Amino acid sequence: MTIPFTRQVLDNGLNVIVHEDHRCPIVAVNLWYHVGSKNEVPGRTGFAHLFEHLMFEGSKHHDKGYFQPLQEAGGLLNGSTNADRTNYWEVVPTNAIDVALWMESDRMAYLLPALTQAKFENQCEVVLNERRQNYENRPYGLAPMAILAALFPPDHPYHWLTIGVPDDLRAATLDEVHRFFAAYYHPRNASLALAGDIDQAGALELACRYFGDVPPGPEVAPVHPPAARLGSEIRLLLEDRVELPRVYLTWHTPGLFQQDDAEMDLLADVLTSGKSSRLYRSLVYEQRIATEVAAIQNSREAAGFFQIIATAAPGRNLCDLLAAIDAELAKIGAEGPTADELERAKVQFEAQFIFGLQNVGGFGGKSDQLNAYNVFLGDPGWFGHDLARYSEATTEGLRAAVRRYLDPAARVIASVVPRGRADLAVSDSGPVVPS
Amino acid sequence: MNVDRVDRSRLPEPGPEPTFRFPQIARRTLPNGLRVWTVEHRGLPVIALIALVPAGASSDPADRPGLAALTADMLDEGAGGRSALELQEAIGRIGASLDTEVGSDATMITLAMLSRFTDRGLVLLSDILTRPSLDEHEFTRLRELRVNRLTQLRDVPPSLADRAFSRLLFGTHPYAHLPMGTEPSLRAMTHDEVCAFHHRSYDPACATIIAVGDFSHAEMEQAVGTAFAGWTAAPGTATAAAVPALVPPVVGSRVAIVARAGAPQSELRIGQVGAERTTRDYHALLVLNSVLGGQFVSRINMNLREHKGYTYGARTTFDFRRGRGPFLLQTSVHTQATAAAVRESFKEMSAIRDERPATPDEVQMARASLTRGFPRSFETSEQVARAVAQLALYDLPDDSFEEFVPCVNATSEDEVTRVANVYLQPAEMITVVVGDPDVVAPALQAEGFPEPVLVTVE
Repeated sequence: MTIPFTRQVLDNGLNVIVHEDHRCPIVAVNLWYHVGSKNEVPGRTGFAHLFEHLMFEGSKHHDKGYFQPLQEAGGLLNGSTNADRTNYWEVVPTNAIDVALWMESDRMAYLLPALTQAKFENQCEVVLNERRQNYENRPYGLAPMAILAALFPPDHPYHWLTIGVPDDLRAATLDEVHRFFAAYYHPRNASLALAGDIDQAGALELACRYFGDVPPGPEVAPVHPPAARLGSEIRLLLEDRVELPRVYLTWHTPGLFQQDDAEMDLLADVLTSGKSSRLYRSLVYEQRIATEVAAIQNSREAAGFFQIIATAAPGRNLCDLLAAIDAELAKIGAEGPTADELERAKVQFEAQFIFGLQNVGGFGGKSDQLNAYNVFLGDPGWFGHDLARYSEATTEGLRAAVRRYLDPAARVIASVVPRGRADLAVSDSGPVVPS
Repeated sequence: MNVDRVDRSRLPEPGPEPTFRFPQIARRTLPNGLRVWTVEHRGLPVIALIALVPAGASSDPADRPGLAALTADMLDEGAGGRSALELQEAIGRIGASLDTEVGSDATMITLAMLSRFTDRGLVLLSDILTRPSLDEHEFTRLRELRVNRLTQLRDVPPSLADRAFSRLLFGTHPYAHLPMGTEPSLRAMTHDEVCAFHHRSYDPACATIIAVGDFSHAEMEQAVGTAFAGWTAAPGTATAAAVPALVPPVVGSRVAIVARAGAPQSELRIGQVGAERTTRDYHALLVLNSVLGGQFVSRINMNLREHKGYTYGARTTFDFRRGRGPFLLQTSVHTQATAAAVRESFKEMSAIRDERPATPDEVQMARASLTRGFPRSFETSEQVARAVAQLALYDLPDDSFEEFVPCVNATSEDEVTRVANVYLQPAEMITVVVGDPDVVAPALQAEGFPEPVLVTVE
């Protein structure tokens, strides 16, 4: 699997990656800033995500909404922020590539002159609404905060969620926000991928024209938090407006692209993907003590964590679910997956990977993936290596990973139960009130 | 800093528009009546298959909302002699992704996979569609899961809002319930009912298979034809029923609250009965919606989000169906801002009719974004398959893709104002709020809205 590309580093440090694909008359512009909530400090969380909003509010030479010119040109655009990076992208008809590059470069070079107190306050309100909609008013929505806070110590940058703490957002000043931008949103900390119906030479020339004069900005020190460990099992209890209790099991695991990261991905698949997966089959299909179960390896740049999430069937308690999950983990830790299970997981990864390459742009499209490999590994052409991580995994490798990482004595167990029904939780859980 | 090489005094003008060749569809009909439509889509070794069966939630019997969806869910619980788990493993072994989607008017089963597994995938799709086991034990298990899912959804504000809104808007019409059905209906549903529904609705003479992949038309036709040649209609099956005409429901109040005491946000739905997909006003309504609330830069999102900060986002939609589907505005707002958000929403929906009709700039912007972005929706094999499925579902003319851009571009401001006046009737609209009644009800009345009724969702 090869995705041909060229990469050039401009004098100001901006990485430019170009990939040609002429099947559809569109071009994807994908810009990564290597900044996320991991670059924030306690007491001032939520800045990286707030910037994702502010970046759509206009820049010096186009001091009005960012969407209008690009949508008028027939473009689709969005952005997202996680703990490790912020990405902004446009997919435009081939003839509108200049519009997209003009806009992206203007907000890289000239955002601050247009960033007023009024815009800042309005977008703080929008973010607080986003937080209420997606966390506070959503069943089980507060569980992730409690879990990450227990999994990582307070000074670890994965201790808080990317959405931030409301009091931090309310306390933020425009001056602090300006300083955050100056530190992180510049060519030296960015990677630009152009993919689609363009030729390489022309695309590089356009990137130089629009971004070549943006000042480089200060060097950004990489964030290397010390490895977090759990010395024991932590049991949390949350009461929420939910009908059915749910249990979350979380362990520390390797980070993105690290040794065993792919094994944990495959393990998640073997455990919960499809009716014949281990946990689904046992908990939902055969015993019928759960209504749903999911496992996921959350691979982040500096560390990972593996989660199993199961919702109890009516009348069932979370102790029963925990016992059933532990029994399956003990079994797969002792015997490993079967060769057939691993084969199925591998072919599913291969298929999903190839499906993802159908889009030049958007979240997870080719341009986004080129940037991911470039920003995290320094090699945009890592597609083949990435696939190989999965195709070369072994049943013994998965078995060993289960034993190494899914330690019953070092994990966070969070029980979310209906209000007043603490009796349904895993025993000995301590109440927490996330905010 | 160097002198900028870029003229920053104005935005660049887009160049001449690129040409785009829409997918060419090859159509044939098998002797059993099954329509097989294929599209060559080259580049990556993948294929997307859609089986379209024109029976959805609107085919549910009046006392069995959810029957079409549960029947569709049963399809992959064992088929063609394989048990549910064996079938799942067979799908997993070829890395295929199977997706069953039940809408108001149809059931769509999508199978996407790597090209090298096409023949094996087609056998599985054929088994699922035409030879499901519909085993009683699996039925009981699945029904219990669906009931539990509905129990969980009692706590999900968007789900409560959608269900209450549909019921209030459509009354006794088949569009009044969502495909997932209701708890009482699922509890009462029997295995025989599912078997009978499959028997009468899954008929090759009404169904269409769409294949979009890295093959020639002939190769795909041959493969699909072989896999589905043995599908025969059950005696006594009928062609897809027409959607019944709308009978306006009797509404106690146009404002309803689903109580969620202490909720930090209110989930809002405001709307009325809209239009069918085949309406001659389709393109004008798309333009209208784009100006009003279909995009980030539309009036309603700019007002509620960007100017007022009430919400993370607000949008409007004409949900075009075989019959007249809903027009609705949906958003989630801060509890304290609920009444003001409802007021501003009505203000915008009213103003676009007369006081502030769509301007030439707005209409130009809407036409441009709709037409210039159109080729983008034909990038992946699944996108193409879904677009082609729309033609089949709504019996649209063969040249619908080619006609889209000229039709949208022919929409004038006057036309937009005309359809705004025909299709937006603020006085008839229904408002549903899922939120804290103690805060929201008095605030709405203080804004001059009628006294809200409290409603519950089954």
